Amino acid sequence: MADIQKLKRVASQVRRDIIRQTHYCASGHPGGSLGCTDFFTALYFEIMDHDPSFNMDAKNEDVFFLSNGHISPVWYSILAHSGYFPVKELATFRNINSRLQGHPATHEGLPGIRVASGSLGQGPSVAIGVALAKKLNKDDKLVFALAGDGELQEGQIWEAAMFAAHHKVDNLILTVDWNGQQIDGPNDEVITLGDLPAKWESFGWEVMHLEDGNDMEAVVNTLNAAKAKTGNGKPIVILMKTEMGYGVDFMQGTHKWHGKAPNAEQTENALSQLEETLGDYPYPYQG
Amino acid sequence: MLDKIIDTGKKSTRDGFGAGLAALGKTHPEVVALCADLIGSLKMQDFIDAHPERFFQVGIAEANMMGIAAGLATAGKIPFTGTFANFSTGRVYDQIRQSIAYSHKNVKVCASHAGLTLGEDGATHQILEDMGMMKMLPGFTVINPCDYHQTKAATIAIADHHGPVYLRFGRPGWPNFTAADQKFEIGKALLLNEGTDVSIFATGHMVWRAVEAAKQLAVEGISVELINIHTIKPLDEEAILASVSKTKCAVSAEEHQRNGGLGDSIAQVLTQHLPSPLEYVAVNDSFGESGKATELLDKYGLGVVDIVAAAKKAISRK
Repeated sequence: MADIQKLKRVASQVRRDIIRQTHYCASGHPGGSLGCTDFFTALYFEIMDHDPSFNMDAKNEDVFFLSNGHISPVWYSILAHSGYFPVKELATFRNINSRLQGHPATHEGLPGIRVASGSLGQGPSVAIGVALAKKLNKDDKLVFALAGDGELQEGQIWEAAMFAAHHKVDNLILTVDWNGQQIDGPNDEVITLGDLPAKWESFGWEVMHLEDGNDMEAVVNTLNAAKAKTGNGKPIVILMKTEMGYGVDFMQGTHKWHGKAPNAEQTENALSQLEETLGDYPYPYQG
Repeated sequence: MLDKIIDTGKKSTRDGFGAGLAALGKTHPEVVALCADLIGSLKMQDFIDAHPERFFQVGIAEANMMGIAAGLATAGKIPFTGTFANFSTGRVYDQIRQSIAYSHKNVKVCASHAGLTLGEDGATHQILEDMGMMKMLPGFTVINPCDYHQTKAATIAIADHHGPVYLRFGRPGWPNFTAADQKFEIGKALLLNEGTDVSIFATGHMVWRAVEAAKQLAVEGISVELINIHTIKPLDEEAILASVSKTKCAVSAEEHQRNGGLGDSIAQVLTQHLPSPLEYVAVNDSFGESGKATELLDKYGLGVVDIVAAAKKAISRK
């Protein structure tokens, strides 16, 4: 039985970390990060069987790939609180000489990151590669990936989708952060995704719906249900509806906080709405 | 030395790749292969027949292929991707850059039908910018072997190299003149003939043409130091400087644009350490066209006559 209250406490701290990381360097992507916080928390603290001592080849463990790499703040916070690297290192986000690059990278050796992402559309392909290797190695652990909804406008996503269905990559669970927003506005105004469930179904995937990706219990239940569907010859996609900016009232209901960092006043306001549960990391970085 | 260099019979460099891959299938259990609907052209069937579970058909989806390769490499496999050189580079440059180069993945991008010698399919497929593009990526090794035997040896050698590699080869049957049992050393320039008047640095298919040019020049009393640069990056700067210190002038020869290829790499070295006359034998900022391999090379300035002329010009500039 998942301890939903514990997961919510973790999520609250992660949201605080997101606000502070982006504020201190005056850049970064808080909106999507906040929206996906519950998903990341559930994945790393409840669902995945993973090893924070970090082995790049992810042998015999579950593994996660973030395709929409710009929401690095949530991933970094989750990795830190999971024990991949010290929480205090979050104070170096986007600073020069930092391991916490603006978009996730392997280049500086940050534990937990297995491929760079940021240029969109590439994550599912990489995730498929790891999934194929697991099958070759008779490793029955799972591969998880997250992609943005706007990101589905990239053609490579659909190359990956066709491949995964054809080759029955059924140890793969892709989640789409379906918040309906992208930089220039709602998806429907930029380039409509149309009937997204129907698209994935027609591409041969097992489609699951998560109507409220900010309801921790629903997130946990859906991810568990997805795990139960693996191994049946079809890759799985979870269409996860979230609210961008969830947890901070002025960041919700708008696409404006995709890539904008909160100023001092906005940060104070945001933090007043989020309970400090695991302790804020000190800033500036002490070393 | 030149008279020892003999064409033992035409075989394609892509056949050398296929043979090398098949050999690796036996010796390196972590080697896997991917192809984008061009198995026959890439000569991958032998590998596939022997190890069907280690081969992945990705269809006409090269971006996905590069990402999958990055994932396979992450998990400890040694992936060899196979498609035409134009589809292996320009088409998927960002995918290679982010998922492979920047992420330092142990992927071997194996690129066939490079250059004008692709022939009748024409300019849409005749990539002449690929070595430039790939050498500009930090951490990438770029190799352009000269014949069947060397391509086979290179294919095998790169499996033991840790890091991303771009291996470029071609479509047509081509003189096969290097040793079948050669040990391929990444980054090592190969001296084919010692000389004193001019250094000719050639790569890929142009090495044989440079051999023919050197033989002609020898008849005219011109002593050519002929060096095969199979590894464009990392460049054997020491060998280049040692040779040009002696000869005092150089010619580069490649099946590539004059911009951004071997010639420019050599120019960079010479400019910094040993400014010397350098003549380029390369495509002069043009796309190709349909035609037969050898007639195309001749039309676009990559003829034996062009190497001979470049050598004489370089010498005259001393």
